[in-house]
Amino acid sequence: MKPAAFDYDRPNDLAAATSQIAQGDGMVKAMAGGQSLGAMLNLRLAQPQGVVDLRSIQELSSATETAEAVTLGACVTHARIEDRRVPDATRGLMPKVAADIAYRAIRNRGTIGGSLVHADPAADWVSTLSLLNATAIIGGPNGRREMRMEEFLLGAFETALGMDEILIAVRIEKFSANARWGYWKFCRKTGEFAEAIGGVLIDPARKICRAVIGATNGKPYVIHDARGIADQFDAHRAMQAVEAAGMGEDAYERQMHFVALQRAAAAIHTT
Amino acid sequence: MKSSSTQGVGARLARKEDDRYLRGQGEFVGDIHRPGMLEVAFARSPVAHARIVSIEKPAGAEDRVFTMEDLRGVQPIRAISGLPGFKPSDLWPLAKDKVRHVGEPVAMCVAATRAEAEDLAAQVFVDYEELPAVVDMVQARTAPSALVHEHWGDNVFLETLYDDDLSAAKASAPIQIRRHIRTARQSMAPMEGRGVLCEWNTRLGQLEMYSSAQMPHINRAGLSECLGLDQGAIRVIAPDVGGGFGYKGILLSEEICLGWLARNLHKPVRWLEDRREQLVASTNCREHDYDITVYAERDGKLIGIDCDATVDSGAYSLYPFSACLEAAQVGSILPGPYKMDHYRCHTWSACTNKPPILPYRGVARTGVCFALELMLDAVAREANIEPFEVRLRNLVQPHEMPFDNITKKHFDSGDYPESVRQAISAINLPAWREKQKAGLPDGRRIGIGLSVYCEQGAHGTSVYAGWGIPMVPGHEQCFARLSPDGVFEVRIGAQSHGQSLETTLAQVANEILGVDPQNVRVIHGDTGLTPYSTGTWGSRCMVMSGGAVATASKEIAVRVKKIAGKIMEVAEQDLVLEHGAVRVAGTDRSMTLAEVAHIWYRKPQLLPADVDPAGLEVTAGYKTLRDSGTFSYACHALVIALDTALGHSEILDYVIVEDGGTLVNPMVVDGQIYGGTAQGIGTALYEEMPYDSEGQPLASTLADYMLPGPTEVPEPRIVHMSTPSPYTEFGQKGIGEGGAIAPPAAIINAINDALAPLGAELTTSPASPRRVLAAIEAARLRQAA
Ligand SMILES: Cc1cc2nc3c(=O)[nH]c(=O)nc-3n(C[C@H](O)[C@H](O)[C@H](O)COP(=O)(O)OP(=O)(O)OC[C@H]3O[C@@H](n4cnc5c(N)ncnc54)[C@H](O)[C@@H]3O)c2cc1C
Repeated sequence: MKPAAFDYDRPNDLAAATSQIAQGDGMVKAMAGGQSLGAMLNLRLAQPQGVVDLRSIQELSSATETAEAVTLGACVTHARIEDRRVPDATRGLMPKVAADIAYRAIRNRGTIGGSLVHADPAADWVSTLSLLNATAIIGGPNGRREMRMEEFLLGAFETALGMDEILIAVRIEKFSANARWGYWKFCRKTGEFAEAIGGVLIDPARKICRAVIGATNGKPYVIHDARGIADQFDAHRAMQAVEAAGMGEDAYERQMHFVALQRAAAAIHTT
Repeated sequence: MKSSSTQGVGARLARKEDDRYLRGQGEFVGDIHRPGMLEVAFARSPVAHARIVSIEKPAGAEDRVFTMEDLRGVQPIRAISGLPGFKPSDLWPLAKDKVRHVGEPVAMCVAATRAEAEDLAAQVFVDYEELPAVVDMVQARTAPSALVHEHWGDNVFLETLYDDDLSAAKASAPIQIRRHIRTARQSMAPMEGRGVLCEWNTRLGQLEMYSSAQMPHINRAGLSECLGLDQGAIRVIAPDVGGGFGYKGILLSEEICLGWLARNLHKPVRWLEDRREQLVASTNCREHDYDITVYAERDGKLIGIDCDATVDSGAYSLYPFSACLEAAQVGSILPGPYKMDHYRCHTWSACTNKPPILPYRGVARTGVCFALELMLDAVAREANIEPFEVRLRNLVQPHEMPFDNITKKHFDSGDYPESVRQAISAINLPAWREKQKAGLPDGRRIGIGLSVYCEQGAHGTSVYAGWGIPMVPGHEQCFARLSPDGVFEVRIGAQSHGQSLETTLAQVANEILGVDPQNVRVIHGDTGLTPYSTGTWGSRCMVMSGGAVATASKEIAVRVKKIAGKIMEVAEQDLVLEHGAVRVAGTDRSMTLAEVAHIWYRKPQLLPADVDPAGLEVTAGYKTLRDSGTFSYACHALVIALDTALGHSEILDYVIVEDGGTLVNPMVVDGQIYGGTAQGIGTALYEEMPYDSEGQPLASTLADYMLPGPTEVPEPRIVHMSTPSPYTEFGQKGIGEGGAIAPPAAIINAINDALAPLGAELTTSPASPRRVLAAIEAARLRQAA
């Protein structure tokens, strides 16, 4: 399990990275923490001509805060979020999610941007940032553009990122003071990817009552009007949502996703 | 001769080998380099069953890629069994004509680095004419989709029958329970995979092979047969080995290929198995299917067992254990320590298009323990008594020891019912039964489970002669030498890869000679340096190598006394050995062992002419008083919390009451139990190597093949009992495998205990959430109907 040969570069500035990737015509891959890409290279599932390591580009590892939002560079690691070394817009939701990703060794390297671009349906940021409807900030040869999560994520391992683009940052709007959240995932053992994810967010001041069903076969299923699920849990409504999320066919998957949503909703009362 | 030392048999001595391991100074095959060494990667079959139409080597690389056609003169691996009706298979080290499982090596590619060797392997083009795959072991024999080895006419390596007439039981037994029980195919996962490094020594005309192996002398024997070299022309060295568990008790196709390559290229070559090869290409274990009926009296007393058992042996018979050891063993060990008047068991070693199986820690015992102990719990539920009562009612009693059970297994010693009583008391059954009524505050159900097993260790000639496989153990040898500086060197042909033999054998030497264990050098795992041995398997080393070291040490003691007697001018019988010295009894006149050795080797002029010339080096052999094996045993009892919404269980408490006879080092025994139990928990809850209908493995990385980690393995509370074996040197018994035997039965019995009020019952391992939920759902539908 050794990768096929590839060129490696670790530029310091964004423009150089962007142009290398753009010129690579799909054969040059960005690398952040390497926690997903590394395995794909070793298994030879990915055989790019070149790898551009993004970790020396300062902007991608920075975090900024305004009155309304926190912007996290794509290369901010799970560990920095877990340790609250970057500002948190979510009243503890993101640090909690970060702390339960994989093992510490992986959290030390894995990044929020890498996780999002990889778009594994079972990954935590994919579901969490969908629940938050965060904004992806994207850079490419024609400058920058922004997209909400609903448009950014297209399906399993599929995003709207162009072959010549990189993800620069994600912007998360701040929760108001009495926002509450619940997040629950089922893993068969510590550090394993989730079999089912449920998330709920109630932020009355921002008129948000939202829920998400994650670890599905495609992108996370967001319930924009989650009344009857996030606030008062109604089993019937929840089951309808699980079915709408495409998890209704297999009894086991249906049950797992239902329980994840139910327990996320129950957890909201403890935050 | 017995010393009064605190470092001998029974001492909790810290492991000598840990000094180098903890400092990162161990040396595994992957750490060894040779100048000019090349790396090897194998092109392996992507399909389960196909005829090879043609193999095309990458253009320009013809001299770096080798197929079976190139390996002229190399013979296939043929692991036979003497059991009547056994059908042997030819395993060519590189596939010839046909491939029979995914991952079977087809071409060997060699390059300066492993990555480049993999580049070559990716370019080997093989034209496969695909055949239907034989995947399910029961269908393989009842309704085969194809024949794995055409000339056999069926897909059965071997069928055995232990016959009996159960018609009376069938007509009248008040309790009759029949179940279909299955255990999943597993992949063994030692931390270090396999690895082979070969170099041809032109001076000695000898192949020098480093291999991560458990039985180097057996590997040498097999290599000699396949490569056509005499055994002296091969030296196999197993350096530090990072876990074996049976996975490394095998003659590998890769060893043969690399041996041939090193000799023909005249260059050192190395192959290191990667995790993907380990998971999908090499060997698996543990896949059993039982159609079992138990007959019992109203009070749970067993009348008889009737069982059809199939084991999925995979595509080939492996050297030396053969494809039939596991299934045939099922037939002979299913009744275990339980008494019954009737027993019938029909077994099949089924041949399928999956990797061949190896005897994994516990071998067939984990499966039979699972089948029988699940059945005993079912009997308890039917009889409406506590599961432990069923055990107490049927286990062999201490006054019946030694005991020959219904299949003529000879139990040497032990008090089995006592282990159950102590386990029930240690787990505090009444308190948990009380808590169980209400369940846990978070809504989870409580389940209490137990299981009893026995482990036959160090079984010898008479047992293995019956199997007739390429390897039958005889006397175990030890070469011992008191070196000129007083260091005591013992050489054994077994291999220590986690068993702590460098420590425990030093303790044995200390027990006999009084020599400080730090001054004992244990040399093992090298055919060039050690006496012949079948190696490390079957929980045999502490009994057999331990016995051999004791025998050799005694002989050295005699010789030391003879020499010292001459020097000190006293009679030998007036001398005692203790604390590394030989002393005139009742006086303070003494000489250290180092002083005796120094005179013997370096100052022979100080010895009188009539000294015995035999010297301070001996090779001594050992066999137990009876070679039917030692029987260690334990009762595992535990409590789980079962989340019935998720099918997920958490272990709340775990107790093990075990009897390994005399424990040479209780701390080492605890270590063996912890490790084995972790593996047993893997079997019970996590590990599963599924195959699709085309014979494709569905768990090709550790993301899909789930192993328990530190957070899933509780620290069991261990209680030791100690009933010495009457047949071994110190009364010790083999204990290496037991930890891995009992957990699946105990854990799934606990889950079934929690599920009982729902009318649900699980009969397949592992108890994945999917299976638990399916069992609950099936019960719901049954009750609704
Ligand atoms: C054992 C293990 C367990 C894990 N468990 C979990 C878990 O429980 N939950 C979870 O959420 N995740 C888990 N992960 C995944 C982990 O969180 C990874 O860190 C993450 O998926 C990828 O992040 P990365 O920074 O390592 O990205 P990389 O591996 O470097 O890249 C992943 C992909 O994204 C692309 N990419 C990366 N950054 C950018 C960018 N800025 N712009 C454009 N493309 C980019 C790469 O080209 C590549 O295709 C686990 C991983 C492992 C190895």
